Amino acid sequence: MTAEHGTPVSLSTASPDDPHMQPLARNPQRTERLIALAMFVGILGIVGFGVAYWYNANGWVYGVTLGGGITLLGFGITAWGKYLMPKGPFVEERHELRGTDEEREVFAAAVVQRGGGILGRRKLLAGMAGLGLAAFGVVAAFPLIRSLGPLPKKTLDETDWTKGSYLVDSTGRPVQVGDLAVGGIVTVFPKGYEDTENGQAVDQTVLIRLATTDYTTRPGRETWGPAGYVAYSKLCTHLGCPVGLYEQQLEKLVCPCHQSMFDVTNGAEPDFGPAPRPLPQLPIYVDGRGYLRAQGGYEEPVGPGFWERS
Amino acid sequence: MSDTAKKEKAEAFGPAGKVLNELDDRLGIAKGGRSLLDKIFPDHWSFMLGEIALYSFFVLLATGIFLTLYFVPSQQSVVYWGSYAPLRGQHVSAAFASTIDITFKVRCGLLMRQMHHWACDIFVGAIVVHMARVFFTGAFRKPRELNYSIGLILLILAIGNGFVGYSLPDDLVSGTGLRIAFSITESVPLVGSYLAFFLFGGNFPGTAVIPRFFTIHVLLIPLVILGLVSAHLFLLVRQKHTQFPGKGRTEKNVVGAPMVPVFAAKATGFLFMVTGVIALLGGLAQINPIWQFGPYDASKISYAVQPDWYMGFLDGALRIWPAWEWTGFGHTIPLEVFLPAAVLPGIVFGICFAWPTIERLYTKDSAAHNLLDRPRDRPKRTAFGAAFFAFLAMLFIASSTDVLANFFHVSLNTVLWAMRILVIVVPFIVYPITVAICKELQQVDNGGKRKRANVVTRTADGAYLAVPAPERPGDGHHELDAEPVPDFIEFEGSDEASEPGINRVGR
Repeated sequence: MTAEHGTPVSLSTASPDDPHMQPLARNPQRTERLIALAMFVGILGIVGFGVAYWYNANGWVYGVTLGGGITLLGFGITAWGKYLMPKGPFVEERHELRGTDEEREVFAAAVVQRGGGILGRRKLLAGMAGLGLAAFGVVAAFPLIRSLGPLPKKTLDETDWTKGSYLVDSTGRPVQVGDLAVGGIVTVFPKGYEDTENGQAVDQTVLIRLATTDYTTRPGRETWGPAGYVAYSKLCTHLGCPVGLYEQQLEKLVCPCHQSMFDVTNGAEPDFGPAPRPLPQLPIYVDGRGYLRAQGGYEEPVGPGFWERS
Repeated sequence: MSDTAKKEKAEAFGPAGKVLNELDDRLGIAKGGRSLLDKIFPDHWSFMLGEIALYSFFVLLATGIFLTLYFVPSQQSVVYWGSYAPLRGQHVSAAFASTIDITFKVRCGLLMRQMHHWACDIFVGAIVVHMARVFFTGAFRKPRELNYSIGLILLILAIGNGFVGYSLPDDLVSGTGLRIAFSITESVPLVGSYLAFFLFGGNFPGTAVIPRFFTIHVLLIPLVILGLVSAHLFLLVRQKHTQFPGKGRTEKNVVGAPMVPVFAAKATGFLFMVTGVIALLGGLAQINPIWQFGPYDASKISYAVQPDWYMGFLDGALRIWPAWEWTGFGHTIPLEVFLPAAVLPGIVFGICFAWPTIERLYTKDSAAHNLLDRPRDRPKRTAFGAAFFAFLAMLFIASSTDVLANFFHVSLNTVLWAMRILVIVVPFIVYPITVAICKELQQVDNGGKRKRANVVTRTADGAYLAVPAPERPGDGHHELDAEPVPDFIEFEGSDEASEPGINRVGR
């Protein structure tokens, strides 16, 4: 390479015979043909995608034609760059990022003076500007943050279950005492809420007809599980997933999300997994016509833990 | 040089030269433009990992824009009467119905949806592998700490936007993910329930979360990602790329291929290849088949579902963490959620952010570095990184405890305790092994280079002789001395018949 670099008038020139200008390929003509072939097949693929679109072909045809086509075309372009363009290597000097000592000094002086010096001389105005920005920041936070949602208040503690609520399934049909086979399970909601967002998200309750007769009743809950029926909140106390799996032989509810297990014969105590608390139990009774109804709401918040939960 | 002389010179390059001159008169592009064309990119396979991330981001933007044209970000309940028979007559949200329509009604819709999802998984994966390269080769050291931090923020944003986007179709699986996200937000001491209510616009599920997440997913986070990617690339150009030590490579230069045409060709082709592979995956490999999951219903759930891979370590941590809820003074802190889902990722990313500082304090090395380390030459850093990844890998594996228990026919309890122990023990095993491997590799001459073949012959009396084979092209690396890019290549003078001919220079 005849390097006359830096002289302003003439360009530094290289002849194509310069070793740096040589391609990496040992046989450039053959390489060129191979690359051209890959690109040609790639173009066929891309055209094929157009045809596939026209005939509304299956998804996999789109993938093969478009994906294969672009990949081959891209392979060709990359191979052209790698094997047929000047192989170099070429070098470039790094420029020092750091300025000279003088430049640094001048810059620092300017920053400090214009900042502390010029702005700092007007303490009143600087203070007002700062105060104004701070006030704006606080005020702007109201619409930006406070408007986002209602305050939680007691929402997280409440469900729609009240004294006398009928237990209905997801179609709204009230559950009667003979409806479930022994060992059976159904998801129930308070009547009127089976098709509401809150009903599905918060009130969801599993009603189980236990196969075991000698289940443990917690003190104070002697009347909560009439005729072998128990009802527990379906919201896992770990992260609020519906506890949707029932292991009938072991009589345990299993949460499919993180595998917490709740022993329904023992007040839904968690005996495996990350859930920290038993599922809250819904007190129920059988009314005079054989319908299952709630004695009242849950006595504790359902679902996962949060700061205000006592 | 006078203006007229300059003009004559450029006009020697025909109409293109004239146009460039006119542009330079107005924009002053000649000086900077030339150095941009000559910008040298060093060559190493590991430098393309970041490119994969960038190109999959382009695919995300393109396919994402396509999807926004059809997606309806609303939780309004509609009755589905579209072309997918098993769902007909069901009450679904408008978001879910429109996603099903994108899948089955819009031509190429399924391809675009699946490409978008695959591109996202590849995007996050490429960022992680790219960051691993940057970490293990010490590319994060001065002067590049800021760009390293930008990369980390991009990783967090990519993970976050992946989760938000995954939630948009409002299917049964993503809805459960949202429920978990709500509960995790709730677990923050003091302000958790407020945060959760403000994020979801009320108690879970409410009606605000899908439209809100849509805006976050398609506008807010992509805008920030775009800005930070631009900053990342600007800093890359400004600080120039790092390079591995080698012939003629110093702290003060860059050796490689010029931006135009060599790097441009390779990069353009590679962009096509990344796009093509994503299109192949999108067309051939099913991902997130929401029509099989069905619409979200807060009281229903699916079994054996895992989140996208990049959320796996969090899900694993949630699974194996003990049930440590704290209660007292009329308050509850769900530590069994807050520690694994909020504190743990905070620590993981905190260590990542702090690493350049930690290493500078430990090594007392505050010099700028443009030459990369071979990982084996920094055994402690390499071993720490390996142990760190091993820890995350164990958490990732823990996110499939139920599947593992089923697959290996062992009890869930065994798997749970095995993972609890492995998460802690494996990093401590990986560290010394990695140090030992690094020390071994340091002893190997020309480690990682291609070995010359030996010709083994047997003499008449049965003795074996191993003689190094004669050198062949491709053996070893015979590189020319690097030279500056010439201003001009004299193609005219050369003999057309010999170009492109057989390479006349021995290699």
